[in-house]
Amino acid sequence: MSPEELEQIAESERERQSCFKHTVRVCVAAGCQSCQSEAVQSALEKEIAARQIPGGCQVKGVGCMGLCSEGPLVSTNRGILYQKVAEKDASAILDALDGDPVEELVCRTDVPFFERQTKIVLENSGNIEPERIEDYIAASGYSALMQVLTEMTPSQVIEEVSKSGLRGRGGAGYPTGLKWSTVAKAVGEKKYLICNADEGDPGAFMDRSVLESDPHRVLEGMLIAAYAVGASEGFIYVRAEYPLAIKRLRIAIKQAERLGILGINICGTRFSFRVDLRLGAGAFVCGEETALIASVEGKRGMPRPRPPYPAQEGLFGEPTLINNVETYANIAPIIRNGGAWYAKIGTEKSKGTKVFALAGRVNNTGLVEVPMGISLREIVYDIGGGIPEGKRYKAVQTGGPSGGCLPEEFLDMPVDYENLAKAGSIMGSGGMIVMDESSCMVDVAKYFMDFCMSESCGKCVPCRVGTYQMNRILEAITRFEAGQREISQLQELTDLLKSTSLCGLGQSAPNPVISTMRYFADEYKAHVDGHSCPAGICHSGDEKDEG
Amino acid sequence: MVTSGIGADFAKPTPPNASDKRWKLVDATMRRLGHHSRGLIESLHTVQETFGYLDEDALRYVAASLRVPLSRAYGVATFYQFFTLKPAGEHTCVVCMGTACYIKGAPQLLSSLKRELGVGPGETTPDGQISVLTARCLGSCGLAPAVVYDKDVAGKVTTPDLRNRIAKWKPHVA
Repeated sequence: MSPEELEQIAESERERQSCFKHTVRVCVAAGCQSCQSEAVQSALEKEIAARQIPGGCQVKGVGCMGLCSEGPLVSTNRGILYQKVAEKDASAILDALDGDPVEELVCRTDVPFFERQTKIVLENSGNIEPERIEDYIAASGYSALMQVLTEMTPSQVIEEVSKSGLRGRGGAGYPTGLKWSTVAKAVGEKKYLICNADEGDPGAFMDRSVLESDPHRVLEGMLIAAYAVGASEGFIYVRAEYPLAIKRLRIAIKQAERLGILGINICGTRFSFRVDLRLGAGAFVCGEETALIASVEGKRGMPRPRPPYPAQEGLFGEPTLINNVETYANIAPIIRNGGAWYAKIGTEKSKGTKVFALAGRVNNTGLVEVPMGISLREIVYDIGGGIPEGKRYKAVQTGGPSGGCLPEEFLDMPVDYENLAKAGSIMGSGGMIVMDESSCMVDVAKYFMDFCMSESCGKCVPCRVGTYQMNRILEAITRFEAGQREISQLQELTDLLKSTSLCGLGQSAPNPVISTMRYFADEYKAHVDGHSCPAGICHSGDEKDEG
Repeated sequence: MVTSGIGADFAKPTPPNASDKRWKLVDATMRRLGHHSRGLIESLHTVQETFGYLDEDALRYVAASLRVPLSRAYGVATFYQFFTLKPAGEHTCVVCMGTACYIKGAPQLLSSLKRELGVGPGETTPDGQISVLTARCLGSCGLAPAVVYDKDVAGKVTTPDLRNRIAKWKPHVA
């Protein structure tokens, strides 16, 4: 494979597609798939085969178009988006290819949900077929890799990534360029690369969507990173709960191997790289990098103290680079357009865009990509379309079990790593759950503590015992059986866990409790002093909580 | 490729039921990973995918084949939530307990299942028909609350939806 050959593939794919006057795209990512979008796709295909469409028409099964709540989504190349499409609508959609769109199915795209987004990671999602490498190549896929292999040295690549200001999208926000240069400098017999696709946060589905919609983008990012740090073998650690993402990754790896984009002496250079999948098995703690490494090694996912950091001593004791799916997905556009281009987007310290999974009590649920620095209000009210049923906003939860709940007073705060941390939450991997007055914040805190308790790996005492104790107290509060003494115990435990736990899971487990106690103290008070739950969620008595 | 110093005296264990062709799939996975201990999780995935769950015989066989202590195989099998040591019922009903589903009514769905079937999460009805399970997060948060009936993901599930769907599984209820 040479740059010329790549260009040829892109050319012939574009030519093939230009034979069709019309293109109908059907979302076949998991969200729409669970609303039977595949049946819609085959209905369209059948209908096209049965009739003559002037100019020709192709049907593409594409990735996520974002507005999951209105699926199945179908778009045509005249920029018309249809929502909640059923099999029976196939002929009406095809009838309307040249004329006026089918009125009752149209989903307006001139609304903030679509207009306020800036798509970098998701630029191909909803446009290309995830299971065809040619389609990715026709959309300038792998051109960044070619550029890197033929024109740049590894240190130039790292410099470009550093210049972009990209920070780790897994949640902690460590500067990507810095991480890469540490691994590049590390000495080892062999270096490894890991893509963390163990999206364990409940309420987050960005990585799944990227893997399902545009798997080659992640592979290209990994290849560029491997070249930059000198790694020769890579693993994608993906949740077993994401069968569709696994299937598409496997296809993508095979296709890339067939074209010589993955393998030995890639593009005739001395650079060789192979990638394999490792399936996670449902352990939240494996999001922590040392636990993830243990899991890839076939062991229980238990973290170990750092240092040594994985950059020095990681997988099988060798220097290892670990980045998240979204981080890798940002790499190709950064190389194509330059680090300076990327650095122009976002805020002073948080560059670029972030993909958020918007869910919960909000009208438009789905996947959105917005520039850093956008306000929560814009996300919830403009893009998200506000709270349904005229209810009142109460909080937005970011960062999953390691994050916090932000009340109304933070709605106008620009979203970036520093601001979220200052407000008592974290960026996290990008889950954003909106809650209204019908949610009880003590119950939400209990939900997350219950999660952390059962996900604690049990290695260190503060986390193993602390999460259990905190959960017990929270349970007592939600049963109206706790008093002031328990509240102060809870506070003591938050400090203990934060400062003495071994890994991020335990250190951040108290965050939901801390933020809800800080911003929703009146709700705790109502439970403790008034023996009542303002949202009407918690009940006293014998009914024990399950889960 | 990684080799693990397989001794000449190492006798390859025989599968619990050698006539069952399905063990060939498990063997293939172990071979692909060079019978190395680091292939333990992948091998257990294949066992579960093939047989539906991990029983003691399977654990013994995989442990012996990869030359890891049975305790380690058992440790891994019980550490990860995805692995199950019990066979599931004829049908499975997985209620997603992710944050979005939780605040949109997943606990109510679970208690309705408890009322209907008399079983809680992780349990199977006494007739072996229906297993109720929970998932950490299916990643279908845009469609919360989500439930997986056998392999079908359903979104925006209401209690009546759930009851109707379950009723179809119950053979003859007076």
